[in-house]
Amino acid sequence: MQGWIDSLIRGWGRDPASWPWTQLVYLAFMGLFAFLVINFAAITAGIFSWAERRVAARIQSRVGPNRVGPGGFLQWVADAVKLLTKEDLVPAEADKVLFRAAPYFMMVGFACVFVALPFSHRLVIADMNLGIFFILAVTALIVVGIIMSGWSSNSKWSLFGAIRSAAQIISYEIPAGMALMIPVLLAGTLSTQGIIRAQGGWPWQWFVFDNPATFAAFFIYFISALAEGNRTPFDLPEAESELVSGYNTEYSGMRFSYFFLVEWGNMWVMSALATTMFLGGWQIPGISAAQLDAMTGGRAAAFELLSLAIFAGKTLFWVFVVMWLRWTLPRIRVDQMMNMCWKYLVPVSFAAVLFVAGWMLLVRAAPAVGTVTHWVMFLAAGVLPTGFFVHRVLRNIRDTGDRFDFTSNW
Amino acid sequence: MTEPRRAPENPTMEMTSNKEILRRIEYTGDMLLNMGPQHPSTHGVINFLVQTDGEVMKRAIPEVGYLHRSIEKIGEKCTYNGFMPYTDRVDYIAAMFANQGWAMAVERLLGVEVPKRAEYCRVIACELNRISSHLISVGTMAMDVGAVTPFPYALREREFINDLLEELCGARLTYNYLRIGGVAFDLPEGYADKVITFVDHFEKILVEFNRLITNNEIFVQRLAGLAPIPREMAIDYCLVGPNLRASGVHFDVRKDLPYSIYPELQFEVPVGRGEMGALGDAWDRFSVRCEEMKQSCRILRQCIAQIPKGESMAKVPRKIKFTEGLEAYSRIESARGDMQYYVVAGGGENAYRVKVRTGSFTAMGIIDTLSRGLMIADLVALIASLDVVAPEIDR
Repeated sequence: MQGWIDSLIRGWGRDPASWPWTQLVYLAFMGLFAFLVINFAAITAGIFSWAERRVAARIQSRVGPNRVGPGGFLQWVADAVKLLTKEDLVPAEADKVLFRAAPYFMMVGFACVFVALPFSHRLVIADMNLGIFFILAVTALIVVGIIMSGWSSNSKWSLFGAIRSAAQIISYEIPAGMALMIPVLLAGTLSTQGIIRAQGGWPWQWFVFDNPATFAAFFIYFISALAEGNRTPFDLPEAESELVSGYNTEYSGMRFSYFFLVEWGNMWVMSALATTMFLGGWQIPGISAAQLDAMTGGRAAAFELLSLAIFAGKTLFWVFVVMWLRWTLPRIRVDQMMNMCWKYLVPVSFAAVLFVAGWMLLVRAAPAVGTVTHWVMFLAAGVLPTGFFVHRVLRNIRDTGDRFDFTSNW
Repeated sequence: MTEPRRAPENPTMEMTSNKEILRRIEYTGDMLLNMGPQHPSTHGVINFLVQTDGEVMKRAIPEVGYLHRSIEKIGEKCTYNGFMPYTDRVDYIAAMFANQGWAMAVERLLGVEVPKRAEYCRVIACELNRISSHLISVGTMAMDVGAVTPFPYALREREFINDLLEELCGARLTYNYLRIGGVAFDLPEGYADKVITFVDHFEKILVEFNRLITNNEIFVQRLAGLAPIPREMAIDYCLVGPNLRASGVHFDVRKDLPYSIYPELQFEVPVGRGEMGALGDAWDRFSVRCEEMKQSCRILRQCIAQIPKGESMAKVPRKIKFTEGLEAYSRIESARGDMQYYVVAGGGENAYRVKVRTGSFTAMGIIDTLSRGLMIADLVALIASLDVVAPEIDR
């Protein structure tokens, strides 16, 4: 966004390099962007809290919250108001400073990610040349917040949740990081926008269908992201049937809501990252990134919106998948969670990185192999499983005498 | 001079007070975790003293008695008919069975023959109740393992049964449907069709339920081989009902000590086969309950087809009185297994002694032994798999 501000200053007839107020303008815009980002994060998390409850209700053949606003859409506003007006209780035996500070660490670790996350072709706060590295680094702050909250609560359940969470997040950062290195290898850059530009608009041009290893890497990333976001089947840190509520047991009011804000907001982060790295990001089918760059005026704005819609659409689909998994699967046990990470995901992700490195040498020698693999992977790993899935779903619906119903119970 | 009764000198049966156990845990430096009495997955007001070293438990000691309401003592203060509503509270998830146990015990004292139609009404009500109780059991078990969705599915089906039982007796939870010598109300008009409609619907739902959770890979991984109870151990610890059958013991009071009209009905007794892991593991206990629901559907179909016409109440004196010291004993197969009522008649209109033997109480005894070396998450699954219900433990 720096380039954009510079051009704005030039539009005022000043030279950004020599004008003494340049830094102040930067500061003002930084404040503005920070405000926008935190609000975007908070509002998305809020809306997801409503969406998740409605999706869960649908899945469980309930109605869900439908009283506040159309379809219950304003439920999250009502909840926020309620949480704001509740007493901010600090247990008598708690470490008061750490207890109060913990939610902010969570919020910071979560909100900083949005700085490097792209939204559309031009819309990204900072297109850093080490974007992915930055995202991986700041998400690690969340675990600090969790451990602080668990330890300072001075409750055994909280402590259990915090330690579980620390073990889980730190372990799963390794396969997640390795899986994310694969698109980085393929694109040759750590910049999020650069990785999207290296892919194409059509599904067979996405990195996920690039070769078998990238396909595996996508799922390794997705599983690890679920674990890092404490989502079912990895919601051990807040397993309500075992640990009452996990690390946030002793929290109440707005501080409590920060933890859930982060959890719901994280759904956007993990899905947006999956979209960016593996699923072609904002790329519009049939229009290359260079063509988008060349556009100006109203046409540029229209295609900008289209790319935004494509990015948001893909992201929201994966957010839905995350919710869907949560309300379908049971929770795995602590030792199984660790086994899965260290015995399966870590070795496979390392192997995938090596495979992709070799693959790139092969494709450089014989480019036709790459094109053929795209198509084979798209058909074998994309179209076939989807078709099989749809077939199974239709059969199950027929067997139980069920029906599609999207219109009732709003 | 009689010998004072002593605790058996058996090293596995430590007869120490909980206070002493707490002191010992403190000495070892392990963490002592009070799981309960208010905890989401203890299935009522039970406390577990959990001695842990991190995630791995050394021991979990159940502490019961938080829900003790002196129901047996109340039984000595009420008339025989007056005690019937109290029996509902012995096990409020499967109240019909508690009703039936009491009714049968007093009928044996009275020597009264229950009309055939009343017996059929009882069995229909009981089997509906068995399905609804097992639905709660499997639903909460799935929820304790972290899958939230099967629980509303199970409760949705239970609602249909609640509606059916409400139509039968006006109550949805504490039915008070049975009477000494029969049932309070005959089947309402069109009831048979409603039951058959429900059974048709429910059998399909069971298939869906199995697809959703019973055969789910994560679910199987969590429960297969978890806390297996071998055949001999299950018998030694006096386990009853589905918990016993999951260990491969073919014992069902309905078959082996038949009562009511069960000898006339065709049904199988599902036993655990150790399909997924060890014999008698938590998954077996889960699947035995799923199978039992299927068998209950079968029984319901037969009952609806065979039910005769006639009276629903025998001729019973308005005031029930017995000579002092007369005693009777009844055994029925409740949803939680062998439920037994022992009643000794007092001189007047009330009993001298009432004793209820319930399956949940004995199931609590095995938790201490099974819990050693499990993880905390496993303890939750273990409690759920034994299907203990707090009011039935404490009465």
